[in-house]
Amino acid sequence: MNKNSNIYQILYAAVMVLLVGSVLALIYMALKPKQDENIANDTRKQIMSALHIAAPDDSKVKETYEKYVIQDLLVDRDGNIVDSTENVAFEVDMKKNVKLEDRLLPVMKCKMDDGSIKYVLPMYGAGLWGPIWGYIAMNDDGDTIFGANFSHEGETPGLGARIADKDFQDKFVNKHVFLDGEYKGVVVLKKGQKSATGAEQVDALTGATITSLGVSAMLEDCLAPYEAFLKKLQYAATTVPAAASENETNDNQPE
Amino acid sequence: MLSKKNKEALFNPLSKDNPVLVQILGICSALAVTASLEPAIVMGISVICVLAFSNVIISFLRKTIPTNIRIIVQLVVVAALVIIVQQILIAYNYDVSKQLSVFIGLIITNCILMGRLEAFAMHNSPWPSFLDGIGNGLGYTIVLMIVAFFRELLGSGTLFGFHVIPQWCYDHGYENNGLMILAPMALITVGCIIWYHRSHNKELQED
Repeated sequence: MNKNSNIYQILYAAVMVLLVGSVLALIYMALKPKQDENIANDTRKQIMSALHIAAPDDSKVKETYEKYVIQDLLVDRDGNIVDSTENVAFEVDMKKNVKLEDRLLPVMKCKMDDGSIKYVLPMYGAGLWGPIWGYIAMNDDGDTIFGANFSHEGETPGLGARIADKDFQDKFVNKHVFLDGEYKGVVVLKKGQKSATGAEQVDALTGATITSLGVSAMLEDCLAPYEAFLKKLQYAATTVPAAASENETNDNQPE
Repeated sequence: MLSKKNKEALFNPLSKDNPVLVQILGICSALAVTASLEPAIVMGISVICVLAFSNVIISFLRKTIPTNIRIIVQLVVVAALVIIVQQILIAYNYDVSKQLSVFIGLIITNCILMGRLEAFAMHNSPWPSFLDGIGNGLGYTIVLMIVAFFRELLGSGTLFGFHVIPQWCYDHGYENNGLMILAPMALITVGCIIWYHRSHNKELQED
């Protein structure tokens, strides 16, 4: 057979592509459950890191996560809980949850070893080269940050990629997002700059201006919708003992 | 099994005909994944697998491949193998696959691959092609490991993630060299290895 005839070449290419395509599809389908589990466990590790929980062995990630995260919530912009079915917050795909008008606001309610309650709020934004995302754990006073974790897809190693370092993340601890009862958020600014709104600030990373601005913008964009929810937490924390705070939040729903 | 010619196919790429040091192929990934040893080794093993199997597959097909589209056929085979390796890594070693990120995918563009397929597998039978793939993959891996060894030791003070530089060194003012983590020092390290390699292999020196 003439190897250089058009028919032979077209047939050869077609058969090859079909064969390779189906082999790849089979392998993908076979490995998919395992991969999904890995990705979910990675997310769990990031959430636990925001809560200052040391990453457990790979086999125990899910177990440890479920021990600490006691309830998943979706809240609306008035701070009301609209959904609290199992894993409802964990399963929100932040990548597709960007539009402000119809954004779901997931909250993971966590109980630490010392019995204190924390609320983890996921966020998602853009860095220099690609998406960045993170988790902010709030204390139950609705005002101070308990911990933060940031991840990125492809920021420059040694520069923007340092947002994933503990050093940077720990700078957010104990920052207040409210000033005199007014929501201000937290901003990331170059050393020496002063925030115009009076919000508390974290020093930006040297040599990673765009990534730092990205983190700042992400915080502003993703934390602000929770204002009403955080205010309710504050109200609950100041008016009733912590134990009753949960009921209080529910009673506050408007008619 | 291992005739003289086969032995050459397997062992020459380790030193005298090393893909990185002598042919200066695959430098890009050699710089990118060598900040620490673990990703470097996983990358090396991935390249060995892809190279060996693509060599064998192309060698089996070599008499049927139409000359006009041979590069496309080679690319499809390499790309398919790389995707398989990537999927397996995501499923069984997620942390490393995250560290290697795009570089596994970029094995496709690693010049060693296409170079070996064109130069060797298209003209040789499967068994020598397999050995040639293993040899070149190993040659690449060895260089990656040497570079990663120095970069991780001097840059992070660890090997395979374990601290090897004792605490008292830090107490007396020793600091990890952050520059070693960045790509420029990888290039300089590769340069030093090439220098050392050429000074010991006089026949490789150019005028």
